[in-house]
Amino acid sequence: MMSYSEILPQLFDTLKPFAKEGFRLKESTELVAELGLDSLQVMQVLLKIEDHFDISIPLNNLPNIRTVKDLGEEIEKLLKG
Amino acid sequence: MSLFDKFLPIQEARNELLKSGVNPFHLTVEKIISPTEAIINGQTTILVGTNNYLGLTFHPDSILAGQQALAQEGTGTTGSRMANGSFASHRELEKAIADFYGAPYAIVFSTGYQANLGVLSALAGPGDTILMDGDSHASIYDGCRLGGADIIRFKHNDVADLEKRLRRLGDRSHRTLIIVEGIYSMLGDRAPLAEIVEVKKKYGATLIVDEAHSLGVLGPHGRGLAEETGVEQDVDCIVGTFSKSLGSTGGFGISFHPEFELIRYASRPYIFTASPCPSVVASTRATIRIIQSQPELRRQLWNNSHHLYEGLKKSGYTLGAEVGPIIAAMIPNKELALAMWQQLLENGIYVNLMIPPATPNGECLLRCSVSAAHTEKQLVHICQTFQTLKDKFLA
Repeated sequence: MMSYSEILPQLFDTLKPFAKEGFRLKESTELVAELGLDSLQVMQVLLKIEDHFDISIPLNNLPNIRTVKDLGEEIEKLLKG
Repeated sequence: MSLFDKFLPIQEARNELLKSGVNPFHLTVEKIISPTEAIINGQTTILVGTNNYLGLTFHPDSILAGQQALAQEGTGTTGSRMANGSFASHRELEKAIADFYGAPYAIVFSTGYQANLGVLSALAGPGDTILMDGDSHASIYDGCRLGGADIIRFKHNDVADLEKRLRRLGDRSHRTLIIVEGIYSMLGDRAPLAEIVEVKKKYGATLIVDEAHSLGVLGPHGRGLAEETGVEQDVDCIVGTFSKSLGSTGGFGISFHPEFELIRYASRPYIFTASPCPSVVASTRATIRIIQSQPELRRQLWNNSHHLYEGLKKSGYTLGAEVGPIIAAMIPNKELALAMWQQLLENGIYVNLMIPPATPNGECLLRCSVSAAHTEKQLVHICQTFQTLKDKFLA
């Protein structure tokens, strides 16, 4: 089972194409506010992450995911089942 | 800061619309004339955006039944069925809709919205999972939220994505409710139901089909997509509305599972709301009899749908992929869509303007809903006006 520290670099790699050139992703990066994603892009990001980690993120959990760290912790939780 | 500050973005969007001289989301129908005509802005207008698929809102049998019930049973029920008791006519309507589907169990709700709220929230609760099509109607989203189950979206009409997500659930797939629609309201396309049934069976999930837009439209008897596809026995539950093809108000759920009856005791949108009023119940029962005895209405609806679809296609509009009573013309941007919608109205044609975020993939749509009651003359006028607007705005 992947731990948060193993998930994080993979998450950065997955998110990188959605960040503006030169933008440095951090755990505290806010996904919508800082990456400037619109609602369609958010869905694209989520689909990519879901396929990468072979999980489905419930819609109910999305309001609690603001930062990269929140997303990493959610992925860890889902992978643990 | 006040509670009302959150409405500022809405106010700005509304002001933007008002600058164009018209607010398409605050239209007043000054007088309704028939299933396909009304007075709007002082002029006679053809209605091509009211989901009145079979044109039954003025049928004399339904009107008479409603009038008689109004006189005999009064204007309302003044409360819920759980507290005040069911009127005999509520039970008779449930029997009528159950018989129509050949199903043993039916529950009637006060609106179609509440049918989804009531059935979905009761069926899937905390610890359960819902797999819903990404293009689902707002009532499905709201019903899912109310229940407290984990809600997972799959890509619209993508059975491979649905299967992938069922696989990911592991043993939880047995406590998973899949929700799809017979005809999707934005683009008029249908769920690939035969394939969805196969996947549902493979993973032991439960399947519910919302036939709101397909009741009276699809299937040899007008029961919807499940009938048309020949999978009614494999669908665990069907929900629908009386407010489109049946020209009334209210919603329903039907099922072959005996436990479905117990939803009455677990469904807050059923328990804590006033039951449907007697005149509406009586009109609905009359209309169910009409759609059972007059299959020619469905044939006329399909003839009219082909007429309008082919007409708009010939003019060069990009339309939804399937011919049907919902015909959505895709317009490149919001400004054009609004201008064209306004010109249609000035030419005596009312269609639905649909813009993001209500639409799939950020599309701007001029959405038509065809009726069996549209005349050849009306359809010709609609096609000609769309042609004129295509030349003017999209050349």
